[in-house]
Amino acid sequence: MSQIRTFNDFLKRIAIVVGALVVILAVIFGILVFTVPQVKAFNNLLLASFSNPRLMLDFLDRHGVGFNSLLFRVVVFPGFTWAALIAAEVIWFERKFLAKMQVRVGPLYAGKIAGLLQPIADVIKLLFKEMISPARSDKLIYYSVPVLLMAIGSALLAIIPVSEAWLIMRSDVSVLAIFAVAGFGPLVVLLAGWASNSKYPFIGGLRGLHQLVAFEIPMLVSVLGIVLAAGTLDMVNVVQAQSSVWFVVLMPLGAIAFFCCMLAELERLPFDMPEAESEIVVGYMTEYSSMAFGNLQGLAAYIRFYAMAGIFTTLFLGGWHGPQILPAGFEIAQQVEWFTIKTLAVMVLVIILRGVAPRYRMDLLLRMGWARLLVLAFVNLFLVLLIIQMGWFPIKVGV
Amino acid sequence: MSTLTISVGPQHPGSGHFRLIVTLDGDRIVDAIPDPGYVHRGEEKLAEYRNYIQNIPHFERMGLHDANNMMFAYVNAVEHLMDLKVPERADYIRVIMAELNRLIAHLYYTAITGIFVGHSTMFMWPVGDRELFIDLAQMIAGQRVSYAFILPGGVRNDMPEEVKKKAEKACDYFEKRLVEYDKLLMNNPLFERRAKGVGILTKQDAIRLGVVGPALRASGVKFDVRRNDPYSVYDRLDFDIPVSNDGDTWARVWVHMEEMKQSMRIIRQALKQIPTGPVKVNLRGQVRVPPGESFGRAEASRGEISYYLVSDGGRFPYRLRVITPSFRNMIAMPYVLKGMVLADMPPSYWSLDYWPVEADR
Repeated sequence: MSQIRTFNDFLKRIAIVVGALVVILAVIFGILVFTVPQVKAFNNLLLASFSNPRLMLDFLDRHGVGFNSLLFRVVVFPGFTWAALIAAEVIWFERKFLAKMQVRVGPLYAGKIAGLLQPIADVIKLLFKEMISPARSDKLIYYSVPVLLMAIGSALLAIIPVSEAWLIMRSDVSVLAIFAVAGFGPLVVLLAGWASNSKYPFIGGLRGLHQLVAFEIPMLVSVLGIVLAAGTLDMVNVVQAQSSVWFVVLMPLGAIAFFCCMLAELERLPFDMPEAESEIVVGYMTEYSSMAFGNLQGLAAYIRFYAMAGIFTTLFLGGWHGPQILPAGFEIAQQVEWFTIKTLAVMVLVIILRGVAPRYRMDLLLRMGWARLLVLAFVNLFLVLLIIQMGWFPIKVGV
Repeated sequence: MSTLTISVGPQHPGSGHFRLIVTLDGDRIVDAIPDPGYVHRGEEKLAEYRNYIQNIPHFERMGLHDANNMMFAYVNAVEHLMDLKVPERADYIRVIMAELNRLIAHLYYTAITGIFVGHSTMFMWPVGDRELFIDLAQMIAGQRVSYAFILPGGVRNDMPEEVKKKAEKACDYFEKRLVEYDKLLMNNPLFERRAKGVGILTKQDAIRLGVVGPALRASGVKFDVRRNDPYSVYDRLDFDIPVSNDGDTWARVWVHMEEMKQSMRIIRQALKQIPTGPVKVNLRGQVRVPPGESFGRAEASRGEISYYLVSDGGRFPYRLRVITPSFRNMIAMPYVLKGMVLADMPPSYWSLDYWPVEADR
């Protein structure tokens, strides 16, 4: 075989390997068709479904893996695969967009068109790197941290209603569930810093702990106003309550507080102190390598990013509501489309901040969290209470 | 008291080729000891085995983006001993090149300040704008970084006439960019909160520790070799020396920003005043320096650089002593860093104008 010199050679090599695997599997399948009756029946169904796809869909539904099953929603849409795709494209967009802001070119070669496949090329590169752990680190905790952070981000996905009918989970207390899930974040960050048995991760972990705890409470208080106004803890009902006016119009102070807290929770600039590279290398991720690092820095972080932006959209920007642009009968598609557009807009806003803001300082940040944002959130809460009491609220309170 | 000692460098994104041993109590810096020497090359000893022309390229290596200023002081010392009168046009070209180098070095300084406070746009913009002046320097000297351009007795070659037009254009463009830098970095509320009142170097301390250059001027001492001990044609040019009394990180960055404006002013004047004529004295054969001692100084972009030259009349210098601004500024580092939080350490130590290669010689 020829030597791998370029990314295209690499793709060719992968295509050859995958092709060989497909051929081998096809041969095994062919042998099984003539020996095992169940496989023979499946083969007949497969052949028939080329002319009538409905047959296949019914078959999948019968076995609980069809489009209407929970598994499909969790794994494909609107669950993990969808979020991972958005994450990959947002990573690409962020690089390209920041590059334009900074008078650079950005990713260019991988994928021919504007470096579109650069995130995927990076993932492949990271997958082939060696996984290293420091000596005398706590291996179990060390390797579970990337998984846990990914789990936190993915669990948030279940709560977000992308449309009225097509969602993963509906609960009476889903607003609380956000904080229940996100509350694990500081713990995991601290664990990462501690398990690495190294100085910079330790400082980064402590910073992460302080920062995330300091911003959890203002975040919770800023959401209380919404809970009062919508009269429910159910995310779906929160969106339904915004059918005429978005909550960002009614409570801008709360939206600002929530947005700042969101930046801190996500460790995005200007609040990326736990991973400040000029001071503590990459903070609690310093000792991670290979895909564990790719997961922490890339996939898990951006799935969390998408999830938090989605929560902001749901709570303040009216979720799936928007002017009708698709014909009747496509309600779900239209709702998903408005939700996605709004979420991406929030993400772009966060990315722009990265281009124009320097990093803040830890002590100033804590003062901001405890003394400014908390006050702002409470002012927002009292204003909401006041206008509900006076009966000035433009929408019906309580569903 | 339990403390944590961390080694910032030499393999750390916040350090150059040196190490800063930082002792932390919580988030406060109790002690910060700079540990230089990773890029020590023995320039002074090397100079004793090379003739006066061969010394030029390797002294430039001390501060590559400040190459002409590095050479200016050395050539001053050599010419003083040889009693050479340099053609006027050569003097003006030297000043133009020196100021171009000051711009290039200050832009690099701004860029690193940007990335040390986590501002990646403020890193990319100055690095991009450096190209303007690197291109100009290339037009004049033929090289982009290491010029070996200033020689005893003049400069290596004449500059083309179209430099005047191009320099005017570059300066016009860059003045507009400086306004944008102010918006993006200097007047950015986040940067002001982080840099104002942080890393204060008092006037007394600055004088006592022998700090030079922009760091000294930011502490309220109006000292600039170009004004206080004019060399070349600096006494014929009109420029201000920006001085700030704050002595903090923000003031030091501000002094650099203002100096860039003054450098452009100098370049514009020099290009207007520049006479025609030869650009070098023709020195036949090898450069021989009569026995004696001489002292040459110049205001490099990081501060005053001085050479003390002892010649015994041979082909090589008998002894050459270099005192670089970076080394003098490094001495102030522990005093400035003590008591600040860890997050302020990278921008503060960098704002003192420390360049490991230059300090280690």
